[in-house]
Amino acid sequence: MTTVYDAIIIGAGHNGLVTAAYLARAGRRVLVLERRYRVGGAAVSEEIFPGFTFSVFSYVVSLLRPEIIRDLDLPRHGLEILPLESTVTPMENGDYLAGWGDPDKTRREIYRHSPRDAEAMIEFGRLMHHMAQAVKPIISMVPPDPTSLSPKDLMGLLRLGKRFRDLGPEKFHALYKLMTMSSADYLDEWYETDVLKATKSASGIIGTFLGPRSPGTAYVLLHHYMGEIDGSFRAWGFAKGGTGAISESIAGAARRFGAEIRTDAPVSKVLMKRGRALGVVLENGDELRAHTVVSSLDPRQTFLSLVGDEALPDEFTSDIKRYKFRGSSGKVNLALGELPNFTCLPGVGPHLRGAISISPSIAYLERAYDDAKYGAFSREPYMDVIIPSMIDPHMAPPGKHVMSIFVQYAPYHLNGGWTDERREAFGDTVIETLTRYAPNLKGAILHRQVITPADIEQITGLTEGNIFQGELALHQLFFLRPAPRWAKYRTPIRRLYQCGSGTHPGGGIMGASGRLAAFQILADGA
Amino acid sequence: MEGQAWRRWAGYVVASSYELNHEREYHAVRSAAALFDVSPLYKYLIRGRDAARLLDRIVTRDVMKCKVGQVLYTPWCDARGKVIDDGTVSRLEETTFRMTAADPTMRWLHLNAAGLDVAIEDVSEKTAALSLQGPNARAILELASGQELAGVKYFRLTSGKIRGVPVTISRTGYTGDLGFEIWADAARSLAVWDALIEVGTPYGITPAGMLALDLARNEAGLLLIEVDYVSAHHALIEAQTSTPFELSLGWTVALDKNQFNGRDALIAEHARGPAWRFMGIVVDWDSLERLYADVGLPPKLPTTAWRASVPIYVGGMQVGYATSGCWSPLLKRYIALAHLEGSAGEAGTIVDMEVTVEHRRRRATATVRPLPFFNPDRKRA
Repeated sequence: MTTVYDAIIIGAGHNGLVTAAYLARAGRRVLVLERRYRVGGAAVSEEIFPGFTFSVFSYVVSLLRPEIIRDLDLPRHGLEILPLESTVTPMENGDYLAGWGDPDKTRREIYRHSPRDAEAMIEFGRLMHHMAQAVKPIISMVPPDPTSLSPKDLMGLLRLGKRFRDLGPEKFHALYKLMTMSSADYLDEWYETDVLKATKSASGIIGTFLGPRSPGTAYVLLHHYMGEIDGSFRAWGFAKGGTGAISESIAGAARRFGAEIRTDAPVSKVLMKRGRALGVVLENGDELRAHTVVSSLDPRQTFLSLVGDEALPDEFTSDIKRYKFRGSSGKVNLALGELPNFTCLPGVGPHLRGAISISPSIAYLERAYDDAKYGAFSREPYMDVIIPSMIDPHMAPPGKHVMSIFVQYAPYHLNGGWTDERREAFGDTVIETLTRYAPNLKGAILHRQVITPADIEQITGLTEGNIFQGELALHQLFFLRPAPRWAKYRTPIRRLYQCGSGTHPGGGIMGASGRLAAFQILADGA
Repeated sequence: MEGQAWRRWAGYVVASSYELNHEREYHAVRSAAALFDVSPLYKYLIRGRDAARLLDRIVTRDVMKCKVGQVLYTPWCDARGKVIDDGTVSRLEETTFRMTAADPTMRWLHLNAAGLDVAIEDVSEKTAALSLQGPNARAILELASGQELAGVKYFRLTSGKIRGVPVTISRTGYTGDLGFEIWADAARSLAVWDALIEVGTPYGITPAGMLALDLARNEAGLLLIEVDYVSAHHALIEAQTSTPFELSLGWTVALDKNQFNGRDALIAEHARGPAWRFMGIVVDWDSLERLYADVGLPPKLPTTAWRASVPIYVGGMQVGYATSGCWSPLLKRYIALAHLEGSAGEAGTIVDMEVTVEHRRRRATATVRPLPFFNPDRKRA
């Protein structure tokens, strides 16, 4: 007799694993199928060069939901989040701007650049804190459909409405501005120091095909403050062992609750009959049956390749086809024989234990975007650099180091397409640019791995190499993610669900999509 | 050094943290290696034919069974079986021991040495103690000492040299993690510190202060005198004192050995069972979050360990008090160490702990559990 699972989860990325763990915790018989040889999706740690371990793709924990850490008891399964508290931005004039773990020290540092901005920082921080607190519950709720008249949706909308009304007019207006303005414009209202605005607005462009002057980028500034609300919980930082350790810990929790996880098990099709999912077909032809099938892959992969548009309503298919990916970032991973020596802060210091942001001015970032708009990678890209071995010495042999460089912009749709030569040229550009700030860098490189959006797509399956399974832009968020009327993890195929970052709220290693999907599936009677 | 906060410890000052914020120093304990200066501990050398007999008479563990190269953690009691202090006894040679204590103990040692062939020397000033704690501690110490330390088991010691300075290395510490303490001549100990920092830098070594240590010892469920219990020598009233059983240190009491201080009282207490237990408390997140949500705030967590007496209730009746607590950055739980009376001390009991939320006293739900909260395999492996 063939086994019929309660749920089969396609893909063992962190969201797939979170859904699996929650379903298994509720007593369901769960099977997770992963195409690659290991779990993690884009949150994997791999020893790319002997002795050097890299968080190959996703490299920091941003907003991993504290409730997931608690519910699944992830520390018990090895999750350890180490502080990553400083950000240093080298400037073109040889100076630098630093944000440190200690707020007073940060204020002194900003004072050095602008006494006015040092004052503004406090007021700005308080306002953002209030708005983040107002918006934060959204990431923990199944999005209500504003066009629906069902009591549940209306209640959800009412609760949201009340929350916003409670903000008072001043904060409500600020929130409206945040939702509509560009991050550069929004920050212009508060600050005068260019490098400060550039570094803050950089968080608004990560993973999007937008620049700091594009409208709609300001709201991402909120994400940072959402992390601060969880401040002492410390759900953001660097995962010991790299981001793969996060996936491993979730997998550990899922297994403890009884879930089965198979790697090297690529799925080729969702098995369907009369608009209802019955299971999956593996690439080797095996058929596996389940009452519920959950895809953690992105919407395009799920619907256009696993389901097929012939089984879907036309309107839905065109919504999915319109859903934007436009991968815009790449990654360079370096094995280093010695630490980089930054001209602006020579020697070894605490700045090497935090992020180094190559975002010297708003104009610099906007120029980087200009290149990408016309199909080229940035000649002088924005970079977010960390040296994981300074935080977790186990990432590299003693005395040696690993460096992770997140690079934007590297458009998926590069003029002429990505080739091996263009990949290396892109890597060279990154190294050249960074070496201007740390002259010994080039000579310190033992090995390098350059990852383009095309590589991300090819290795992890993320369409167009978009790290968020679809751009985190306002028109693709909340009740529109991934498509109108299908934002509740359900799909037009009965008993087929989605749980990836392509669903609300998406983004980063949060796990919120996976958790909410599991709740919806359980509420629907799986 | 950025941190300018100091703590008094036995007449010395020690760094609260070396950086402005202790958080990284704490994480070094759990993920790399942290170096603490624990020199303010009181240290005594006890030598002579009757050295073992003297210590056996004083402490609750069985010192006669202690092997050369072994270290015992132990409390010691007065005649009523009430704990005076706790510390370690190391058998350096057949007839030579080193004892560490939190309080001055010279007089107590002498009082108990009547008629015994022993020489007692206070080496507190002469001996420096450095504590190297964390998963990389062994690798660093092996490089610094040029000797293999895999053979040094938990609570065992060996001797060696670091930068030419003779040292004793014991597999001990106050963090509940893999770790060692290094004992050396105080005059030459700076060289030892420098050598460890130098060799340890590629392994992520970090000088760490008392704030980090306090978090680690809460997770490890390790007692602190004058915080978690009052020494029988300092208590003003009987109710302030505790027996080893009441501190959940029953495992350290060798009732079957020869006469020792407090034996009769402890045998009697063992027979009737202790009135109190020292247990872990985990504060329920949702309950805490609700209390804060009532006033429109996100939960505020104690990022440094607190040391205060906090009432614990069951169904409105006070059943005990917590004496230390903190937010565990590793376990992501709000934990506390508590004295609980009677059946309230059973693991799994649901209790309420007082928390002050925006100046008002509220009660958060919590669960009683055994200590330690954190006990990694590497501690003993």
